[in-house]
Amino acid sequence: MIVATLCFYLFAGVAIVSGLMVVTARNPVHAVLFLILTFFNAAGLFVLLGAEFLAMALVVVYVGAVAVLFLFVVMMLDVNFQELRAGAARYMSVGALVGLALLAELALVLGGMTLGGVEVSGGALPTPPADQVHNTRALGQIIYTDLFVLFQIAGLILLVAMIGAIVLTLRSRPGVRKQKIADQLARTPEQAVEVVKVPLGGGAQ
Amino acid sequence: MQAAPMLPEILLAIAGMVLLMVGVFVGDKSAKPLTYVVAAALFAALALGWTTPHGDAFGGLFVADKLAYFAKALIVIGAAATVLMAAGRATPSDGSGPMRFEQPVLMLFASVGMMLMVSANDLMSLYVGLELQSLALYVLAAIRRDSLRATEAGLKYFVLGALSSGMLLYGAGMIYGFTGATNFDRIAASVTAMGTPSLGLVVGIVFLMAGLAFKVSAAPFHMWTPDVYEGADTPITAFFAAAPKAAALALFARVMTDPLGDAASAWGQIVAMIAGLSVIVGAFGALAQRNIKRLMAYSSIGHVGFALIGLAAASENGVRSLLIYSAIYLFMNLAAFAFILAMRRDEHAVETIDDLAGASQTHPYMALALAAVLFSMAGIPPLAGFFAKLYVLSAAVDSGLYVLAVVGVLASVISCFYYLRLIKLMYFDAPRDAMDSPMPRDLGLVLGVATAIILVFILIPSPIVATATAAAQELFQR
Amino acid sequence: MAGLEDLLKEYLPVLIFFGIAGGLAVVAVGASYIVARQKPDPEKVSAYECGFEAFTDSRGKFDVRFYLVAILFIIFDLEVAFLFPWAVALGDIGMLGFWSMMAFLGILTVGFIYEWKKGALEWE
Repeated sequence: MIVATLCFYLFAGVAIVSGLMVVTARNPVHAVLFLILTFFNAAGLFVLLGAEFLAMALVVVYVGAVAVLFLFVVMMLDVNFQELRAGAARYMSVGALVGLALLAELALVLGGMTLGGVEVSGGALPTPPADQVHNTRALGQIIYTDLFVLFQIAGLILLVAMIGAIVLTLRSRPGVRKQKIADQLARTPEQAVEVVKVPLGGGAQ
Repeated sequence: MQAAPMLPEILLAIAGMVLLMVGVFVGDKSAKPLTYVVAAALFAALALGWTTPHGDAFGGLFVADKLAYFAKALIVIGAAATVLMAAGRATPSDGSGPMRFEQPVLMLFASVGMMLMVSANDLMSLYVGLELQSLALYVLAAIRRDSLRATEAGLKYFVLGALSSGMLLYGAGMIYGFTGATNFDRIAASVTAMGTPSLGLVVGIVFLMAGLAFKVSAAPFHMWTPDVYEGADTPITAFFAAAPKAAALALFARVMTDPLGDAASAWGQIVAMIAGLSVIVGAFGALAQRNIKRLMAYSSIGHVGFALIGLAAASENGVRSLLIYSAIYLFMNLAAFAFILAMRRDEHAVETIDDLAGASQTHPYMALALAAVLFSMAGIPPLAGFFAKLYVLSAAVDSGLYVLAVVGVLASVISCFYYLRLIKLMYFDAPRDAMDSPMPRDLGLVLGVATAIILVFILIPSPIVATATAAAQELFQR
Repeated sequence: MAGLEDLLKEYLPVLIFFGIAGGLAVVAVGASYIVARQKPDPEKVSAYECGFEAFTDSRGKFDVRFYLVAILFIIFDLEVAFLFPWAVALGDIGMLGFWSMMAFLGILTVGFIYEWKKGALEWE
């Protein structure tokens, strides 16, 4: 499994470096591209853990959709990033402090994992071994039955998100002429053509 | 898999979808009728909850117990009252357009989220309930999208809310990792078996609490509150102040005492710190405010701090006092916001405290009711607010939290200053340009009923106290 | 962990593919960098736009409508993501599993009708 270990270090290393590049890149569009690279590497890490479905969902949803949305937002805001960066420098020290605190906590937890001697097993819904049922199927077996109600609430959350997006951004533009195909098809010659008798020597109107 | 205990939420969710369809086919003119239907549906759900059996639902994902029912009653009262008050303001004359039909529908979905989260018996159901509520609230904060302040409020609330959801999820993940379960009963068993909570569990609890503290707007996670209260449309602010506070406090109490009850040594100190900080921030922050909505925001931080003093006691008595406090605070809030909504001059909403000057002469009944509410908020006997504080402080003293109790009393004395300043403005200052009168009838009704509840609490405390006692008792028997 | 090992072996072709793809890209770019003669000067490497200097910043403001389309796309994308485990496990989860997905799709259909009726799917 030496290949898997090597892959882990490759994915993890690239994810960390590209994550750093997301926050330090000068050009916001580059930052979004680095974010996509980070997502890809995270997907690789998920595969190494045997969580195929999460890996593919990450690629489909985050790379395919969220990153595109981020690009739109970056374009839409048209922020002057040079100015923003000047402000960021001032808060860098505070940010670094918070980051350090989080890192220290993580280290403590990792220490606790080995020192505390807690049995990290026997979950409420234990993962079936990967040679019996693969990850996607295992998820499918519980999401739609045991967790039926949570699944429906997730649907409600998506519905509220849809309402929210439309309520906040949709504006009806007055004076826009739209093509109404049904009306066009229903049109008869009587409605469209007016036959006028033109007297000799006179104009049409 | 038993669904019956959750029938009220199912009913409300279906009602929400039906109303959304009605609204979109009829258009924005249906907004006002829809608010009445929403209020009716909320009360119908509450009545249905009274008749459906209590107990676990959906294989232990949710639980309908007395605590959940108590909190749901508060949510329904708070949400229905504010939904109806918003209906009265269907056509604000400050040029921001008519109320949109999505507003009552989103309020309904937010209420469904709140009812789900107070019933949550699993970290996953806690999260989906919380997220359904939060997402609807973010949108509501910014629903007046042409107002710069409202969009700023919505954006601020959304960004900070997303951050807090992240922290909450991180904490929930830690707890799952170190206890091996997401179900509250299994977590409780695991924590009990653990004896002293492991370091990883403690870190998980801290992150979970940071997320929850944000949702109840307790210091030091309160920064969003004043801006959101001030920026959002006033009927929306009233909604924010009423229902979600009660729901989040009940959720906080359940998570801390039910699954993590045996880890009280780990969280007791933190809750005490959050509570102490909140009462101090609430007391000092409000002193400098001229805008009455900002003032109410700081006041809510202080009141949440007081309610959390009850939780810090980590006893049955403490949870009981928290529930009583959140119930009484709900009524005080409804009364105060009914008054704020009625503050209009020349058909325009006014919201600085100087606009109150001389209200006792121009609007004697309104001023009298607000004075009673403010005295109650300040904790002056014999009003309900005094008893709320008394229950909380006695629970804290019973658990030996003397310092916290003293901090609470001192902060309460300081906060008296700004409540009394409002009363002084109303009664002893010369009236400026009079506010519009008479008060709209629906607001007058809410103000009157809520004030009456605050006044008669001393005579008939049992509807609130007895149910809160029973709820706390059941929570600690589980 | 035998199961995981087998699973990862199935991904070996993917890894090899990525290796070849990455290697080929490096070779193509690197070879042209090393082998080709390069004499850059400012005029040669500056942006070329029909012979003119670029008139404006290439990044302009996007209309908020793009954003609406993108976010609606994400929502339906997430919905589709839920369909995969359902399709894979449909044989095991019985009628409840089937109808649970139908209810989920029903909720989103309500949202779809809402957005259609609101005109969010029309561009102009």
